[in-house]
Amino acid sequence: MGITVVEVTKQFGDFVALDDVSVAIPEGSLTALLGPSGSGKSTLLRVIAGLEEPDRGQVLLGDDDVTHQPARARGVGMVFQHYAAFKHMTVWENVAFGLKVRKRPKDEIRTRVHELLELVQLEGLAKRYPAQLSGGQRQRMALARALAVDPEVLLLDEPFGALDARVRKELRAWLRRLHDEVHVTTIIVTHDQEEAMEVAGQIVVINQGRVEQVGTPRELYDSPANEFVMSFVGPVNKIGDTFVRPRDISLTLEPEGECAEAMVERVVHLGFEVRAELVRHDGQHLIAQLTQEEAQALELERGLIVYVRPSRQTVFTR
Amino acid sequence: MIGRYVLRFGALGYLAFLLLIPVGLIFYRTFEHGFQPAWEAVTNPQALHALWLTLIIAAIAVPANTLFGVVLAIALVRHRFPGRGLVNAVVDLPLALSPVVVGFSLYLLYGTGGWLGGLSEHGIKILFALPGMTLATIFVSLPFVVREVVPVLREIGTDQEQAAETLGAAPFTTFRRITLPAIRWAVCYGVVLTTARVIGEFGAVSIVSGRIEGKTETLPLYVQSQFEGFNTTGAFAASVVLALIALTTVLAMRIFRPKEGVA
Amino acid sequence: MASNAAVSVRAPGAVLGRAGGALARGIAVCYLSLIVLVPLAALIWSSRSQGVQSFWDEVTKPEALAALKLTLGAALLVAAFNAVTGTAIAWVLVRDSFRGKGFFNAVIDLPFALPTIVAGLVLLELYGPNSPFGVDLAFQRAGLVLALLFVTLPFVVRAVQPVLLELDQEMEEAAESLGAGRIAVFRRIVFPNLLPAILSGVALAFARAVGEFGSVVLISGNIPFKTEVSSVYIAGQVESDNPAGAAAVSVVLLLISLGVLLLIGAFRHWRTQHDR
Repeated sequence: MGITVVEVTKQFGDFVALDDVSVAIPEGSLTALLGPSGSGKSTLLRVIAGLEEPDRGQVLLGDDDVTHQPARARGVGMVFQHYAAFKHMTVWENVAFGLKVRKRPKDEIRTRVHELLELVQLEGLAKRYPAQLSGGQRQRMALARALAVDPEVLLLDEPFGALDARVRKELRAWLRRLHDEVHVTTIIVTHDQEEAMEVAGQIVVINQGRVEQVGTPRELYDSPANEFVMSFVGPVNKIGDTFVRPRDISLTLEPEGECAEAMVERVVHLGFEVRAELVRHDGQHLIAQLTQEEAQALELERGLIVYVRPSRQTVFTR
Repeated sequence: MIGRYVLRFGALGYLAFLLLIPVGLIFYRTFEHGFQPAWEAVTNPQALHALWLTLIIAAIAVPANTLFGVVLAIALVRHRFPGRGLVNAVVDLPLALSPVVVGFSLYLLYGTGGWLGGLSEHGIKILFALPGMTLATIFVSLPFVVREVVPVLREIGTDQEQAAETLGAAPFTTFRRITLPAIRWAVCYGVVLTTARVIGEFGAVSIVSGRIEGKTETLPLYVQSQFEGFNTTGAFAASVVLALIALTTVLAMRIFRPKEGVA
Repeated sequence: MASNAAVSVRAPGAVLGRAGGALARGIAVCYLSLIVLVPLAALIWSSRSQGVQSFWDEVTKPEALAALKLTLGAALLVAAFNAVTGTAIAWVLVRDSFRGKGFFNAVIDLPFALPTIVAGLVLLELYGPNSPFGVDLAFQRAGLVLALLFVTLPFVVRAVQPVLLELDQEMEEAAESLGAGRIAVFRRIVFPNLLPAILSGVALAFARAVGEFGSVVLISGNIPFKTEVSSVYIAGQVESDNPAGAAAVSVVLLLISLGVLLLIGAFRHWRTQHDR
């Protein structure tokens, strides 16, 4: 079931969390709502979930206007950043909760819970309590719990934010695979652009309550709509009104064409990539990114004088 | 949404009925015959003596329980020793024990035939005198400072104290400059609770003091004797004094309440 | 009495220094013993001094038994009632918002701060023979219960409030998103997490009600077999110079208090079991 958000506005006191936001989420997609803290992405998710009611605008699930329907009537599954595990219930009881509330027959519950625990790879832990699980396991349980009631829509609010880096990476890949298998329309809220790019098929960039751009990861990176999107989605050098990606700064030992002289201040080796921090003769600081080979060919080191030229640059018309 | 309003007005109505109306009545009944009789009722010698006695006991019991409360709290949290569980239970006991039982055990201990009954023969009068009343009051108000300080000590942990130690501070200096400031507000709150309990104490002191008018009557005991003597204005006037102290206590509790409560 | 066998844990927190610490501990333990333990020991000793038979006779005297039954019955009733009203009040104070909430929140502390005799006097005036409402609950069990309700009010409220505050509201939202209605959310999510705190508050309220003296001594009239509670009975036995009778019933109350403390300890342990 696709989701359509039409001109939604939401205010908390004087603070405008969402300002005339309209978004279309295709059925079966995995969409990321990407933005910095306070951008309104979580509020948008909660409006879609039915945990908040918008001041203006509509929310449609499929063809139905659910704007004034509470969460429990919408058939959405939700996963929270801090798991929201029912700490007084076992893993099994957590996953079974939605089914119990709908008064499904015992056999059905048993089969379904078992199925889901297998899906999220928590079969052996059914009798444990959330306090006895790791963060990653708790979040998998939360996902199983949300999926148990066959939701039309799955909503994830910064689901991996509370986990450490390695577990986060694992769960991202795992979520992608899960989505390939289950095909539920999924929205994931995140402030981590790498996560959004890696996991989602479509990204909605939100800033200060407004949608900045909607597109695939590629579209956002190659054709950003404005300065905000460009700098949010990846590192960028701002030179006056021009924006240049570190990858697009070419370095040469001899002047070539229209270029500027710069000195290497610092070289950082990030595995297979090398980042060079440069300062141009006019004082402008730049960051360039090269491969190991490129860096080696230049014999890149601190104090080296090089010549910089953007091989590709972007300017935004205001 | 009417459920919310039903609940709200139900709860608040219950509070008004059970608490506010009774307390309001104290003031009404006291001054219903005018200010003069009420004033006389609290400024006569017997009443003044009762007030003075109450304050003297407070002046002894509160500092004692504060000092030992802090020491006990530190011992319970920072040191491990055999019998720690027992000490914990004993500290909590006055909260669950009837004040009459408290008063009576002191009566047995210091009365004739009791283990320390011999003291009175040597001229040290415990029962029916200030010492006994003070001991009873200390007993019932023992837990408050300890119970307020213990969780704070536990929460702040030993990091700061250890840092001070590595910087060369002697133990007592660490206590004075690091520990004490950290528990300051918890101690304040504990002192407020202790004072309230001390001033309001009735049952234990009733048994231990013999309720000798003009000599071993605290203000709460005075309220009772006035009432039994059919001097309702006197009883209420003294009650107003106690109620005013209580209201001050409630205010102080609100100010010093540790953050885990409700703002 | 001094803790010469004490083992203080060195680096983590020998705040007062080893020797200073042992001395302070010793003094503190002496203080505790003098104030609490020795008097209670004297009580227990006295109750045994005439032998078990005499103890039993005193406890099973009709008047003593009646007082005990009334005390326990009234305390249970009041504790149960507080379980409901206390939770409701805590809920309103934490989850609801309205002008004057701070006032009502502060007012909860009144029964603690107000001397029990004053409370008793006032309740007698309001609901006794001079009652402006036209009721007369004096010398009746209803009056007794009313007084107990007054003094036990804060316990459940104050026990539940912090737990309710800390409760992860996302749990409730998760339950809602899974289809649970408001009552189901309360029943299945909120209540189970509040239960240990409610029970602790109830236990304290019960203990307080069992031992209450000052507020009941006026309004109940202390009529033996009808409105006389154990604490009043004990005071009466002291006055009629029957220390054996007083001691026996006192020991029973002491045992009840200890039992309640044990229960509270158990509830505290239960509550921390599920914490992250």
